[in-house]
Order: sequence, then C-alpha cells, then structure tokens
Amino acid sequence: MVPLSWYLALSAVLFTIGAVGVFVKRNVISIFMCIELMLNAVNLTLIAFSSFYREISGQLFVFIVMTVAAAEAGVGLALVIAIFRNRQSLNSDDVDLLKL
Amino acid sequence: MGLEQIFFLILAVLSVGAGLSVILQKSPLYSAFSLIGLFACLAALYVSLQAQFLGAIQIIVYAGAIMVLFIFVIMLLNIRKEESALDKYKYLYILAVPFAITLAAEIIYALRFVQEPTFKTEKPMIGDSQSIGYGLYTTYLMPFELTSILILLAIVGSVVLARREKD
Amino acid sequence: MLRVIVFAPLIGATILGLFGKKMSERIIALIACSSIAVSVIAAFASFSKLLSQTPDAAGVRRLSDTLFTWINVGGFQADFAFMMDPLSGVMILFVTGVGLLIHIFATAYMSGEDSYYRFFTYLNLFMFMMITLVLGDNYLMMFVGWEGVGLCSYLLIGYYFLKGYAGDAAKKAFVVNRIGDFGFALGVMLIFYHFNTISFIDKPGVASVFTLATKLQADPLTTNALFAGGLTTIAILLFIGATGKSAQIPLFVWLPDAMAGPTPVSALIHAATMVTAGVYMIVRSNMIFGKAPMALTIVAIVGGLTAFFAATIGLSQWNIKKVLAYSTVSQLGYMFLACGAGAFAAGFFHVVTHAFFKALLFLGSGSVIHAMHHDEDMRNMGGLNKYLKITFFTMGAGTLAIAGFPLLSGFFSKDEILWKVRSSTVLPGSLGTILWLLGLLTAAITAIYMTRMMVITFFGEERFRNVKHDDHHGGGHGHDDHKGHDDHGHGGHGKDPHESPLAMTLPLIILAILSVVGGFMGIPEGLLKFVPESLHHTTHAFYEFLAPVITTPVIPGNGGEHLAEDHGAELMSTILSSVVALIAIGIGFVVFKGKPMLSMPSFLENKYYIDEIYDAVIVNPLKSISTNVFWKFFDVGIIDGAVNGLAKLVNLIGVGLRQMQPGLTRLYAAFVFGGALFLISWFLYVFSRQ
Repeated sequence: MVPLSWYLALSAVLFTIGAVGVFVKRNVISIFMCIELMLNAVNLTLIAFSSFYREISGQLFVFIVMTVAAAEAGVGLALVIAIFRNRQSLNSDDVDLLKL
Repeated sequence: MGLEQIFFLILAVLSVGAGLSVILQKSPLYSAFSLIGLFACLAALYVSLQAQFLGAIQIIVYAGAIMVLFIFVIMLLNIRKEESALDKYKYLYILAVPFAITLAAEIIYALRFVQEPTFKTEKPMIGDSQSIGYGLYTTYLMPFELTSILILLAIVGSVVLARREKD
Repeated sequence: MLRVIVFAPLIGATILGLFGKKMSERIIALIACSSIAVSVIAAFASFSKLLSQTPDAAGVRRLSDTLFTWINVGGFQADFAFMMDPLSGVMILFVTGVGLLIHIFATAYMSGEDSYYRFFTYLNLFMFMMITLVLGDNYLMMFVGWEGVGLCSYLLIGYYFLKGYAGDAAKKAFVVNRIGDFGFALGVMLIFYHFNTISFIDKPGVASVFTLATKLQADPLTTNALFAGGLTTIAILLFIGATGKSAQIPLFVWLPDAMAGPTPVSALIHAATMVTAGVYMIVRSNMIFGKAPMALTIVAIVGGLTAFFAATIGLSQWNIKKVLAYSTVSQLGYMFLACGAGAFAAGFFHVVTHAFFKALLFLGSGSVIHAMHHDEDMRNMGGLNKYLKITFFTMGAGTLAIAGFPLLSGFFSKDEILWKVRSSTVLPGSLGTILWLLGLLTAAITAIYMTRMMVITFFGEERFRNVKHDDHHGGGHGHDDHKGHDDHGHGGHGKDPHESPLAMTLPLIILAILSVVGGFMGIPEGLLKFVPESLHHTTHAFYEFLAPVITTPVIPGNGGEHLAEDHGAELMSTILSSVVALIAIGIGFVVFKGKPMLSMPSFLENKYYIDEIYDAVIVNPLKSISTNVFWKFFDVGIIDGAVNGLAKLVNLIGVGLRQMQPGLTRLYAAFVFGGALFLISWFLYVFSRQ
C-alpha cells in the first residue's frame, strides 16, 4: 500500500518545480508550461485524496480543473500571439510597459 | 517493498525528472516534450489510484489537445532557441533556490497533519465514467454548466485576441 | 471725562492721517492745534475736579475713568482705564500745555514743508500715546503708551526720511529704546509674579501694586539683592527701561542723533515729554524703589555720572541742537540722581521746570535756526541779539533758569536736588556727599556751556555774513531741500536775519514767563522762612500736593536723617550753589565773549568716541555673527539643509522603491511567490499551535 503522504510529497515537489519555473524562465510560453505543471501537481493531490477518502468529488473537481486549464491555455496562447505581433519578441522582460 | 511501491517510485522519479527537464531546457519545444512525458507519468499514477477515467481524459485533453496547441504556437512563432539575450536579472536565479527549498519544506511539514484514513467497512473506490457522470449531472450540475459557459468564453476570446487586424 | 484728554489727539491724528493730504496748511494747523487745545481744556477741568475730590483712605485724591476690561485671564486683569491722581495730574497739565505751545510754534516753523499734514498727524499721535502713558492706571497701559511714544519718536525723527542720516537716527532711537523696553517688560512681568496685579490703584477684590508693596520688608543693601528676584530686581529692570527711554548711560546714544528730526520734535519729545517718561515711571513706582536700596544707589550713581559726562560733552559741541541734546541728557541725569537719593518729589519738580525751560530753549533755537535759514552750526552765527530780540530775551531767561540763577525755576528745583542728595536718607555712607559734589561740579559746567551757547550765538561778530553761499543754490536744485532743511547756510544773502512770526514767538514768551516764575510753587521747607506766612501754603504747594503719592524712603543708619533736619545746612548749600552758578555764568560770559571759537579737546567733541566703541564692541560683532553664524550656518546650512535634505531623502526613497516596479513580470511573480510563502508559514504556525 502506497501511503497517502508519498503522493502528497510528490505533488509538493512537482508544484515547487513549477512555481520556481514561473519566475526563472524568460520565454512566455515556457512560463505557461510551468503554470500547467503546477495545475497538474494540484490535480494529483486531489485525486490522491479522492482515492484515499473514497470520495468521488475529488475526481469531479479535477475534471473541472482540467476544463478550466484548457480554456485558459487557449486564451493565454491567443494573448501570446497578440503580444508577439506587437513586440516581435517573446521575452517577458520586454513586456514592461508597467515600468515606473 | 511491495510491487505497488516500486511502481510508484519509478513513476515518481520519472515525473520529477520530467518536471525538472521542463524548467531546465533552453528550447521551449523540448520543454513541451518534457511536459508531455510528465503528463503520461501522471496519467499512469491516476490509473493506479483508481481514477481510470481521469487518466484517460488527462492523455486526451492535456497531452492531446493542450500540448498540441502549445506546439502549434511554438511552430507558428518560429521560436528556435530561447533568446540568449543578456539576462539583467540573474539574481532571480539565485533567489529561486531558497524559495524552492522553503516551499517544499513547508508543504512537507504540512504532511504532519495528514491523517491516514481508516474505514470500518472496506469500501472500494470506483473511478469509472459512470460514477463521474453520475456526480457531474446531479450534485455538481452547476459547476458543469458554468464550465461550459467558460469554454464558450474562451473560444470567443481566443478568436478575438489572435485575429489579424483588418485595416 | 479723562477719556476726552486721551482721545482728542487721536481723533485729530486720524482726521489728519486720512484726509490731511488734500487739506490746506491752515486747516491742518487748525485741526492739530485744536485737538490738543481740547485736551488742555479737559486736563484743566479734570484737574480742578481733582482738587475738590475727597481723598481716599491713604489720603490720595483720585479721578478714574474705566473704559472696559481689556484683559482678564487667569489671575491677570488689566483694564483699559485712566486715572488722575496728583502725580499724573501735574504731569498731564504740563504735557498738554507745553504740547499745545509747541504745536502752535510748529505750525509756523514747518510751514512750506511737503507733507505738512504727516508731521501733525504724527505729532498728534504722539500726544495721544504720551497721554495714555501718563494717565494709564496700570503698568500695561503705561507700557502701551511707552511703546507708542517710542514709535512716534521713530516716525518723527525720520520725518525727513529722504535724507539717509535721518532714517538711521530714527532706527537707532527705536532699537536702543527697545533694549530698554525689554528690561521694562521683564520688570512688569516680575511685578505681576510677586503681587498678582499690575494696577496702580486698588480695584474691588484686588489691591494695587503699591498698597501691597508698602507692606513688604525692604531689601538689604547688597549686590545679591539685584539678582534675587525680589523688589530690587524689579526696580533695576524698570530702571533699565527708564535708561533707554530717558537716555541715561549706557543707552543715551540715540538722543544726540535724534536731533536729525525737526526742531519742534526735539522740543516736544526729546526735551519736555517723552524722555521724562522714564522719570515719571520711577516716581510712580516710588513705593517699590523705596524698598530697594541697592537699586536706588545704582540709579543715583548712573544719574550722577550721566549728568556729569553729558555736561562735559555739551561743552564741546558746535551744533546748537546737539548742545541742547546733551544738556537734556545731563538734566535727566539730575532727575534720576534725585530719585536715586530718595527725593522723588524733587526729581519730579525738576521734570516740570525742565519741561518749561528746555522746551523754551529748543523752540528758541528753532527760531534762530529759522532765521539762519536752517543752518544749525554755531560757528556761523554771532551777533544775533540785534536782530532776534524776542528770541534773545526768552532764550536768555531759559539759559539763566537752567544754569540755576537764583530765584528762577531751575534754581529751586536743581538746588533742592543737590540738597536732598547731600542729606539723603537712602544712600550709604558718604556716597551722598560725593554725588553732591559731582552735581555741583556738573551745575557749574552746565552754566558754562549754556552761557557759551548764548554768547556764541547772540554776541560778537556776525560770522553769518562770512558764510560762502554755494553755487548750487541756484537752479537745478532738484530735490525737496530748497524749502530749507539742509545744513548749508545761506547767510550770504546780504539780508539781515529776521525775527520769527508771532506764532513762534508767542510760545517762547509764555514759556519764558513760566521758566521764571514756575519755581515759586515749590520752595523747599528750609527756605520757607524767607517767605511771608500767608504765602507758605502756595509756595510749598507742589510738595504738599504730591505728598500722599510719594513716600520718601528712609534707610536707618545713614546719618542723612539728622542732616535733613538741619535747616542751617540747607541754607548754606543753597547759597553755595547760587554762588557757583553765578561764578560759572560769569566765567562762561567772559571766556567765550573773547574767544568764541575756542574749541574743547577732541575727545570731548567726539563724545568720548562712545558711538565708535559701541559699533566696534556690539554692533559689528553682532552683525558678523548674524551673517556668518545665523544666516550662513543655521539658516542656509541647517534649516534649508534640513528641508532640502528631507526632499532629497523622499526622492531617494522613491528611487529605491521604484526598483520594485520595473515592469518585469518575473519579479512580480517572485514577489507573489514570496508573499505566498510567508502566508503559508503563518498558517502553519497558527495551525500547529492548536
């Protein structure tokens, strides 16, 4: 029997990797992929809990999360294309109009 | 060490390796491939947790649709290597390490409070499409409907945003 | 009723100030003189009412007129009120009377000036302030008048402000006065601290300062008493104020420079009224001074020294007004000497007689200056007795009065002072005798220099004929001076000097009469035996009248008490001072008739270099400290530096904080991450404690 805490630890590690990746990577698409990584780590946690507590609602929630992630990826990539058209660069450092 | 645990460990190592590869690769294309590998590992883990339906959905939606979208975009924007422009903010790399360690430590610390479940009667976990569909259309009907609207918004939004300007 | 005396000049000043620019000279003169005339009539009316007033418990007759309660804060109450008692009654009579005569004189003297109206506005304003000073019923009202006369003095000295030195002289007068006022204000505050009141008269529920002071123990005769914060300290602080206002050592330096103002101003302010305010204040506070022997000693010494030194300087001056200015300082010294010796009444009597003859002398000199076309240098005069007969006789009367010619007013007052100094019941040891000898010597010098002034001006060759008349007197003399107030002599016209008009000579005559007979109301006790019985009361009236308000202090053990009773010694002293006066007048006449151009040693002519010493020791160091330390270091460096530094600091902080907003998404994400870490740890902490 694999203990619950192992699953949770794995999820924690994956989440950390994703979180660090968000601010380490410079390419906006890479940043997006790290966000997806984080979402998947959370999915793993939900399914682990759902399995161990014999609740179906965890899996249902994962279902919703996946849907939202898909929608978000679609819109986000559209944004990236728009930004690329404007700036000819996919470096997040170049998108600094908010600079003081 | 039972078979299950070995299985789990192999998958865990693979997924962590894939994750690290996502952030350490220079080219976004290779990051995308690593991510697909990660999804595959995760799908296997879901199946081992009696969430077969979701494991399948994971492959179909994430790896099959979302990542394809990513790769299409990468292809369209013709990105080869990550621009090796001078990174003015190298200190962020240095900052990443303590942040990572702190976060991981905190979360693992939180595992103290997790209680292993005990059941009087052994209830099996069923993660097949019937039970998911059942829950989705009765108890969780509202979120279901809302997500469908959300998808509609996403469709419209992405079309509008990525449209070429007609002048 | 008293308020009429006070406010009539104010109304005059207001009318002239607001509308005077458009009025003709005659109307201005009419308004100015009539407002003072109203004051004079009201003053006499009040005085006669005072005489029929019943005395109060302490034997003092009083008239009061309270307008409103001005300040009533905590325990401090000061009313805007006036009070006439014997002291202020006598003072107000000669202040308004002499004031009126000088106003009349000035209407003719200042004729032809630009801003004629400005002169009379200020002069009326001055009268208002002076009357407030005299009639005020508490120290605060007196201080209001005190400051006001200082202001008017500034305005009037600087009347010819287009000349640089007039403005400087006005500033000097005001600043030096201010130094004295500082002492006065501190004294009044200390009075309040001790007595919880500053009123001269008993009010319901609160006794006056003087009623309370008489109940106190006298301070000891030690220098410690000066700083102990008691009555002696109060007295010395008040005296410092008097030093400034009444031009004693060390604050007398403004008075000679004040001669830059028009002559009527010199007559009114710097001879008869404002400068005597200091003496008035001390006589008013005689109950306090009487309990402070150390203060009295200092007052006497300062007074005596001032009298002597000023007289020596007066001997060497060539400007006729400067001679009279130093003479004023010297005579004021006599008044303070008298007060310091405990003879407040004698000192005040000298105030009255001095007002008569000094105003006379100044107005007379104004008449001479007018005849000389505004040349004030006596070296350019001479032989004027043929042309200015009335001026000559009246000034002669004034000179004899100030010199102490027997039976004139000055004789009675000065002689009384000298005797009271000698027989003082206050001054320790033989200080009384020393000061008496000093006073006698000063009287001799006074007689000599006043005679010198008369002789050089009115006798001898007519040096004014020799004065070259400068070419620029013809056309092109653009600025206003041609109306006549510059110093160049125009004597070479060939025209003889002419006597002044009636408006100028009439006051001279009136004042001359007063100078001659004014002494007969204050014959001292010792000489009463020469007067017929029936007239005893009238001739001793001055002292009798003032007796209830003035107490002669007695410090036991001085030995003066015995001497004071010795009428024989008093007679000897009187005869001695008469003889000294006559001899001195004779010396002056003989020496200067022969050698009018005889000049005195230069250190005298340069007034002991006192102005130069003050400049070097006080003024210049103060200026350089102000510039280098206070301005450059404090103001620019520290204060501006702090303000600018604060701005720079804010700027720097802004620059620093700006780094947090580089528009860099990664950095924002890192911040979010960091914040999230913090929150997680917080929740873990909270959760683990349960």
